Amino acid sequence: MKFTLNFDPIWPEIDAILEGILLTIGLSAGAIILGSMLAVLLVALKSLAGRWVGLLVDAYVELMRNTPFLIQLFMIFFGLPLLGIRMSGTQAGLLAMTMNLGAYAAEIIRAGVESTHRSQLEAGVSLALTRLQVFRYVVLKPALAKVWPALTSQFVLMMLASSICSFISVAELSGVAAIIESRTFRSFEIYIIVTLTYLVMALALKSFLLALGKRLFPNLSGVARINARGSAV
Amino acid sequence: MPAVLIENVHKSFGAVEVLKGVSLSVESGQVVAIIGRSGSGKSTLLRCVNGLEACQSGRIEVAGHVLDQDQKKLRELRKDVGIVFQSYNLFPHLTAGENIMLAPRLAKGLGGPELRRMAEEVLAKVGLSEKFDAYPDNLSGGQQQRVAIARSLAMQPKVMLFDEVTSALDPELTGEVLVVMEDLAKAGMTMLLVTHEMNFARNVADVTVFMHQGRIWESGPSADLFAAPKTPELQAFLSAGVH
Amino acid sequence: MATFGWPEMLFIFRSAGWTLLLTLVAFSIGGVVGAALAIMRLSPSRVLRAIASTYILVIQSIPVLMVLFMSYYGLSLFGIGLPPFLAASASLAIYASAYLAEIWRGSIESVPFQQWEASSSLALTRPQQYRYIILPQAVRISLPPTVGFLVQLVKNTSIVSVVGFVELSRAGTLVSNATFLPFQVFSLVAAIYFTICFPLSRLSRHLEKVMNAGRPH
Ligand SMILES: Nc1ncnc2c1ncn2[C@@H]1O[C@H](COP(=O)(O)OP(=O)(O)OP(=O)(O)O)[C@@H](O)[C@H]1O
Ligand SMILES: [Mg+2]
Repeated sequence: MKFTLNFDPIWPEIDAILEGILLTIGLSAGAIILGSMLAVLLVALKSLAGRWVGLLVDAYVELMRNTPFLIQLFMIFFGLPLLGIRMSGTQAGLLAMTMNLGAYAAEIIRAGVESTHRSQLEAGVSLALTRLQVFRYVVLKPALAKVWPALTSQFVLMMLASSICSFISVAELSGVAAIIESRTFRSFEIYIIVTLTYLVMALALKSFLLALGKRLFPNLSGVARINARGSAV
Repeated sequence: MPAVLIENVHKSFGAVEVLKGVSLSVESGQVVAIIGRSGSGKSTLLRCVNGLEACQSGRIEVAGHVLDQDQKKLRELRKDVGIVFQSYNLFPHLTAGENIMLAPRLAKGLGGPELRRMAEEVLAKVGLSEKFDAYPDNLSGGQQQRVAIARSLAMQPKVMLFDEVTSALDPELTGEVLVVMEDLAKAGMTMLLVTHEMNFARNVADVTVFMHQGRIWESGPSADLFAAPKTPELQAFLSAGVH
Repeated sequence: MATFGWPEMLFIFRSAGWTLLLTLVAFSIGGVVGAALAIMRLSPSRVLRAIASTYILVIQSIPVLMVLFMSYYGLSLFGIGLPPFLAASASLAIYASAYLAEIWRGSIESVPFQQWEASSSLALTRPQQYRYIILPQAVRISLPPTVGFLVQLVKNTSIVSVVGFVELSRAGTLVSNATFLPFQVFSLVAAIYFTICFPLSRLSRHLEKVMNAGRPH
């Protein structure tokens, strides 16, 4: 069977694609910011609060890391309404991404925190800082600097995983692709375009985050980096 | 014909010239020691001899093979030239016996009880008969280095190269390795060795070569060289006592 | 409206079997391709290295979902109408190959270069060096991250319904749609995934600890 690629029917859909790109960026940016905050909160709880809280944090992290993102998304989108919590697909997507990324990032940051030298902690304590202050000013920043490359990979993976939100009809880039596919029937063509777009976005996000890391942690660039593993979905 | 012939060898790493025209020959059955300060190019020279480093110009002939970076020719050469490293480099996932038998089996096609007997023989030569089934991790540094020597001997090389083989060892373990090397020398092995053990060079090597700044600065029969060093650099090197 | 009873649960459990089989097939094919890619990444040929690194970079920089769509529609373009199971395994194998290649390249590279020198000095050929010296050591090093990746692979099988294959997640969706009990159904589905993935995660971490405690080889 002969087949020729025909991109013509897709050009009129460019606006829709751009909107999809914007939503993907919005979801990813939101999840990265909120997920990082959640992660720091989880790590702080784990190292500062009591044993039971620590166990709860562990349970949450393991639960998130050992179930698919898709099922987490379904639980939130289809399950929460039964508890009277109603939200749009986009909101559910953002919540699921935040919760998922929070767990993965927490695991990465924890590895960085654990590598902080005991002497640094003692120095902080001897300066009469509270435990929270020590965490905030002595432990957290070097830990983040050390694991920044690992966090960067994780953030990029989350951006890519946002495509799964199309399963609950969120009109991010993949969702838009499905809509255009059903309108034009040029499946392969549209997915070529969307795949290339993701490729560019992933590479751009990675460079942006690495540059941001140099900005955020300028004097720590020589710190031995920890490559904590992990990857989303 | 000499067993090792090095003619006007030049070698640079990037812009840094490490060997600046080195010539040296080792007769069959001769033991030649190379001494010199750290960074003078001793290891580089030795590694050029079995092709681990490619030199930019000059000619090297070992055990009847002209050095050539062609992989096939290089393998033929390496069947006849053993090398022992400072850091032993035993294969950690294989026992001493397996370390020894691997290359003769793969490169020379030996096998069966004959191979095993040969492996036991070389292991006995280095005084480790009872360690045939031991893994490197369970051997002391001196024992590992002796297994490494046995591993090279199992290829029945015509020439042996040694690069500071005792430098990584605790002082009390260097003796057992040096004894093995001395036995080899007495048995007529052609040896080219880099060493920081001045006594060993003086007593065992027929010829000692002093390298300085990428050149052979001074060389001669070991007894003469140590008794009456001619160049101020060698005098300073020998009197410093810290090598 | 159907009830969420034994037949439905049985359907879900049976679909979990498909998830496992899919993982196994994708891992096996992806493993073979990944090993080839890893060797290419380390080959002396610049062309081979460039091909392998480009492939790996691209696959790792696009969503798994797009790997699925691209290989599915790509293959059907050429008139190859794959049955859903094959389409799903092939796509997941492509995805897995890129990640396994990177894991294994890293493992091979972390075998000390002196092992290469010692074995080439003993007149071993390059294939012999790989077979007898480098790979046995690299495999050991690669075990923890490889098992860790297996968890990612299991989880990523959840999205193959887009090429029409019914595995655990799709089965959950079908039962949920029929029973209107999404919370219960997806809880069960999540629990099954967790039962598969959690032991693997623990095994990966355990292996890592064993290696770190091990000797510095
Ligand atoms: N692979 C390499 N790349 C770049 N430079 C190198 C390399 N190997 C060696 N050199 C440089 O070449 C010079 C000679 O090194 P070489 O190892 O031959 O010295 P050496 O005499 O054996 O010293 P030592 O007694 O410390 O072993 C040194 O300045 C070293 O830094
Ligand atoms: Mg040296």
